[in-house]
This record gives sequence, structure tokens and C-alpha cells, in this order.
Amino acid sequence: MDQTDSVIHFNIQASDQLTWNVEPLLHEVKHALERLATEDETSVIDLRSIPLAPGEEDRILEILGLGEVVARLNVLGSSDVVETEYSGVWVVTHYNENEETIGRFIEVTRMPEILRSQAEDVAEASERLALRLEDEQQEKQTSNKLAVEK
Amino acid sequence: MASHSDKEKTLGDVLRSHGVSRRSFMKYCATTASMMAMSPAMIPMIAEALENAKKPSVIWLSFQECTGCTESLTRAGASTVENLIFDSISLDYHHTLQAASGHRAEEAKEEAMHENHGKYLLVVDGSIPMDNPGYSTIAGISNYDMLMEAAEGAAAIIAVGTCATYGGLPKASPNPTGAVSVSDLIKDKPIINVPGCPPIPVVITGVLTHFLTFGALPELDDLGRPKAFYGQSIHDRCYRRPFYDKGLFAETFDDEGAKAGWCLYKLGCRGPTTYNACATTKWNNGTSFPIESGHPCLGCSEPEFWDGGGFYKALSIPTADVGETVLYTAAGAAAAGVALGALNRATKGSANKAHEKVTLEDLEK
Repeated sequence: MDQTDSVIHFNIQASDQLTWNVEPLLHEVKHALERLATEDETSVIDLRSIPLAPGEEDRILEILGLGEVVARLNVLGSSDVVETEYSGVWVVTHYNENEETIGRFIEVTRMPEILRSQAEDVAEASERLALRLEDEQQEKQTSNKLAVEK
Repeated sequence: MASHSDKEKTLGDVLRSHGVSRRSFMKYCATTASMMAMSPAMIPMIAEALENAKKPSVIWLSFQECTGCTESLTRAGASTVENLIFDSISLDYHHTLQAASGHRAEEAKEEAMHENHGKYLLVVDGSIPMDNPGYSTIAGISNYDMLMEAAEGAAAIIAVGTCATYGGLPKASPNPTGAVSVSDLIKDKPIINVPGCPPIPVVITGVLTHFLTFGALPELDDLGRPKAFYGQSIHDRCYRRPFYDKGLFAETFDDEGAKAGWCLYKLGCRGPTTYNACATTKWNNGTSFPIESGHPCLGCSEPEFWDGGGFYKALSIPTADVGETVLYTAAGAAAAGVALGALNRATKGSANKAHEKVTLEDLEK
């Protein structure tokens, strides 16, 4: 594409320069990371609550980069939980069923809470597995009984 | 429409019966907090409140309106999370969305009002004609009678859209139907104003969710609008604000300034006098908002925006007593913003008073 193309002109983020909200937000992340390292305090920043120009969110994500963990959750539509290049800084993006972004958060934590298996789900899963095994056992007993009768 | 037994369930029960995992519920709470413009620190409290929230009955009345507000609301339904909100309220009457019609629809409304007297949430879009009740009726009942009857047993009223909140387009000069807003007529019930033409979809669902979550009204400004969404001006949250502060303005829609994304103040932008969440929440699932698409804000969430002077005239241009001096002085100093805002409001008032009716001859010139 020609650099003089009008689309490029309209995109005021086309340069590599940091824009107005990118740098303060990255400093906020830096301070949050310091607090995590020294006081084990976690922080969450809602990217929807900050006025960002076109391209600024991409610039923030580009600077934070991609780290060691990428997880895709299947929860009411999908969600991506990605650790950035900076350990302890995670980007959590929630999508609806049409894969449209409905929320994006920067979480500064050792592990985003949504990644953990939840106590309620664990309790429900434990009951479900026990029932499943009971059913299997009953089916096995029924088929054994039928085999003996034959 | 939910069955009677469903209404006894808490939202937590409803979600579990839909097979929604705790992890999904947490996602729901995180996006709900974001939607209600609340701090992420509030997420655990929202989770606890939502877990125990009961399904409220909602009655939605539409009067002199264009159905744009309902169109907007249904656009919010693209998301599974927002669909869950509607699973968790009992929308007992909405004559555009409900399947029932005629007497059966009116009976459903009567039943919901009777069963939930004093507890239901009344949502209203559209203004109410006071000159002649025959201008707008539903099932032979005038808008005024229907509103007053439904308001009597409501816990709270949400006026959705600029018509219900301030009279809107029907009230525009010369106001042929004598249109008035909900708050002009009802003084003894809590009213939440959710203006906009239309309001942002998630602002409508956000206000409903706030009531569902906390069972109380959100904090309101002096015009009865929730501060979470209407607490800051478009101008203060606009990503083009730094251009305004530097005095860099687009002068026409196709000049170099417009192409470079400079401030649209001189092209009539109402951002400095308009309070709404467009600049951060944005439209079409967060895609953009009018200024991002290169068009000035029309100020649709402010009272009498239709009569506030030409949409493409800068706020400081219409009257000689304000003049261009303010524009250039303020452009150089952000500190002047507050004073400019006050002058802009005065200007808008003068423009309202000076507004003259456009005749057919004018249009044919």
C-alpha cells in the first residue's frame, strides 16, 4: 500500500512514536508489577475504561509482547489468557460467541483467577464423576447378569 | 417471558440451571463490572450480589418514539453475557419484542403489575403528548393514562432515550404534540434518565444490570443520569483532546487537519457540552464512536439538542457576544476549558432562544 494512501493519513497512530495514553498506562503497569514483586499485591486495569485512540491498544499489546503462557478458555464464548513478555503481567481478553471482544483487562498477578479450577466447579465435577462411575458399574453389572442368564 | 416459579430463583440459580460454570460466572462478573463502568476491584462484590439477586419484573412502555432505543437495546444482545442479563430479568411487557398482542398482551401487563406491585421496574422510551391524548394511544389508552397507571406500582422508572428523558425530537420547536418527558409528569418515584438518540446499548443494559445487582439506583447527576456513564464530557474523554489543547482544528471535512485526525470543534462538535460514555464505551461492540469516524458529536444525550443551533456551527460561533475570541483563547490553554464550557452552555441557551422555525420556502431556497 502506498504510504500516502488516505487510510494511512487518517490513522493518526501510524508512526512508531508512543501516543498520549500509551506511556502513562505502561507506567501504571510498571508500578503494579513492582507492588506484585515486593508486596504480593495484585492489580487489574480495565482497558475499556481508558480513552484510547485507534491503534493505541494494539501498541500497548505489542510493547508488552508474548510470554510463556497462552491459554484459550471455553467460557460463554471464548477467552484468551496470555502472559506477556513480563512475567506477572497478563492480558485477559473476553469474547462473545461471535468472537467479538467484550472486555480486555491487564492483570498483574501470579495467576489470573479465571485460570484456576474453581471450588464450586471442582465440587460439582467430583459429584458428576462419582455418578458417572456408578452408572458405568451398574451397566457392567446389568450386562454381566444378562450374560449369566443366557 | 419467565414463568412464575422462575421469579423465585436467584440469578446464581438461573445460571447454574443453564449449566454455567463458576469460571463462566466470573467472566460474566468481570465484563459486567466493565459494562457498568466500575473498577475491577468491585468484581468480587458484584459476584456476590449477582449470585443472590432475584429476577425483577420489568415492564417496558413505548410512547412517541422511533423504536431506535429498542433497536439499540437488541444490538446489545449480540453477546452471550448480555443475553444472560435478559435471562435474569423477567421482561413481562414490551409491545415491540413480545410475542403476545392485543388483549392478551395487555392482560400480561396487568397481571405483572398486580403480582409485582411496588417492586417492578418500569422502563419508558418516547415522550408523552399532552396537547391531545389522541396523538398517541396504545390499545385505546392514552400514553399519559398508561404511564400514570404503570408508574403508580413501580419501584423505579428508567427513562430510556432522549425523548423519554427530555422530550427529544417530538418536543423540538414548535412541539406540535405538546410532548413532555417522564420526569415532567412524575415527581414521586425515583427516575433514572438514560438519554441518547439512541443510548449506547451497553449503557441501557448496564443500568438494568446495576438495578438487578444492587437492587438500588446508581449515583445520578443533576439531570438524573447515572454518573458511571454520564459523569464526564465527551470532550474530556476524547482521544482527539490533545489536538484541541494544542489549537489544531479541522476547518472543513476534507482538509489536511481532518485527514490528520485533528479536533472537530470548529466543525460543530458538541463534545465539550455533552456528557456520555461514547468516547470510552464506543459503539458496535467497541468499534468506534462518531468522532473517531470523523464526524462531530451532535450532543444527543443533552436536553433540547435538536434546537441547539446548527449541528455544523462551532459552539462559540452562533452569537456575537461569545465570538471567536473564546475559541482561540481556549484553544491555547486547557485551563480555560471550564470557563469555555460555561460559555458554551450559555451559547447553546442563546441559540435555543434565537431558534426560528424553518419554513418550506427556506428549504426550497
